[in-house]
Amino acid sequence: MRMRTVEIGVGAFMLAGILALVVLALNVSGLNLSEQAGGYKVYARFDNIGGLTPRAKVAMSGVQIGQVTAIRIDKDMLMAEVEMEIFNDVDYLTVDSSASILTAGLLGEQYIGVVPGAEEDLLGDGDFIQDTQSALVLEELIGKFLFNKVSE
Amino acid sequence: MLDILQRLGHKALSRLAAIGRAGQILLQSLVAAPQPLTMLPLILKQIYFVGVLSLVIIIVSGGFIGMVLGLQGYTILVDYGSEQAVGQMVALSLVRELAPVVAALLFAGRAGSALTAEIGLMKATEQLASLEMIGVDPLRRIVAPRLWAGFICMPILAIIFAVVGIWGGALVAVDWLGIYEGSFWANMQQSVDFYDDVLNGIIKAVCFGVVVTWIAVFEGYDCIPTSEGISQATTRTVVYSSLAVLGLDFILTALMFGEL
Repeated sequence: MRMRTVEIGVGAFMLAGILALVVLALNVSGLNLSEQAGGYKVYARFDNIGGLTPRAKVAMSGVQIGQVTAIRIDKDMLMAEVEMEIFNDVDYLTVDSSASILTAGLLGEQYIGVVPGAEEDLLGDGDFIQDTQSALVLEELIGKFLFNKVSE
Repeated sequence: MLDILQRLGHKALSRLAAIGRAGQILLQSLVAAPQPLTMLPLILKQIYFVGVLSLVIIIVSGGFIGMVLGLQGYTILVDYGSEQAVGQMVALSLVRELAPVVAALLFAGRAGSALTAEIGLMKATEQLASLEMIGVDPLRRIVAPRLWAGFICMPILAIIFAVVGIWGGALVAVDWLGIYEGSFWANMQQSVDFYDDVLNGIIKAVCFGVVVTWIAVFEGYDCIPTSEGISQATTRTVVYSSLAVLGLDFILTALMFGEL
């Protein structure tokens, strides 16, 4: 009888541990096993990416439609080339879509905002987004402001 | 002058010998041919003592630590108008650091000291010697189940600590301070990564579990078999394992999050 309470206790303990791990996985870290559907690659060149990092989100109207997978320098054009993975079910980005690097909130992380255009042709795997807008760099902004003040 | 040198050498040698004995105990009790059938009930019983009975202290302290984190985080972050980030702060600090470390410290105080005292008393009353006399290996019968139980319990306790702490933080931040529930959880889910944060925290907890149980069992097995010796061994268990946990935590953090 004594052994039985011990075993029940241990069983409940193990169960509590497993449940807690599941809560950590699903509720706290937002691990999503089903959404590994993959996507297609789209590229964009920026003059300055600011603080953009891989795994930053790509959003349209604030809704996430993909994420940044790689950032490198394009040696020929001497610009930053950002590789994005767009979810497969997002099949309405036109070739004249524009991409800009935005900041979530005042101190938030940077992400890429995509605005679709009006053309009929759609972006496919490996295409480039032509219309891009770089990140706002605070120092440059202040520099411009000071320059304007001086020239007045 | 030579006396001082000799004392230093003696101390160093005895320390080294102790480390060697500790390694020997660990190796002999773990590597010794496993007998799952006789071992399993013993391990279950030890898990009950070491894990299930530690649950109360783990849950209570986890809840309070989470609540304090929520409160402190709110008062700081509200100055910057980003009080939604409380969820992220509570979850990251709990999962990465506080849950493994504080659970290990509590574990050392609650379970480690009991292990040391129990084994030490067995040694003092010559139960270990009589086990050996009737042909039962005390390392396998007494030490190994306790080691395994510690290894198994510590990560589970740390996970439970983290979850209860996050709930405590949510209780304070959402229900009391009125942060919007959706942004609290969404911020948390966006910043906490399962592999980088949760799994690394669990790896930490496993390491701490090994270290704390190892120290506790060794100090008990190696103590001077008198009542004074047992009390010293118990003190040493708590002191050494707390120091080891904190030191090891820095090393592990540097390895995991320091981008070395």
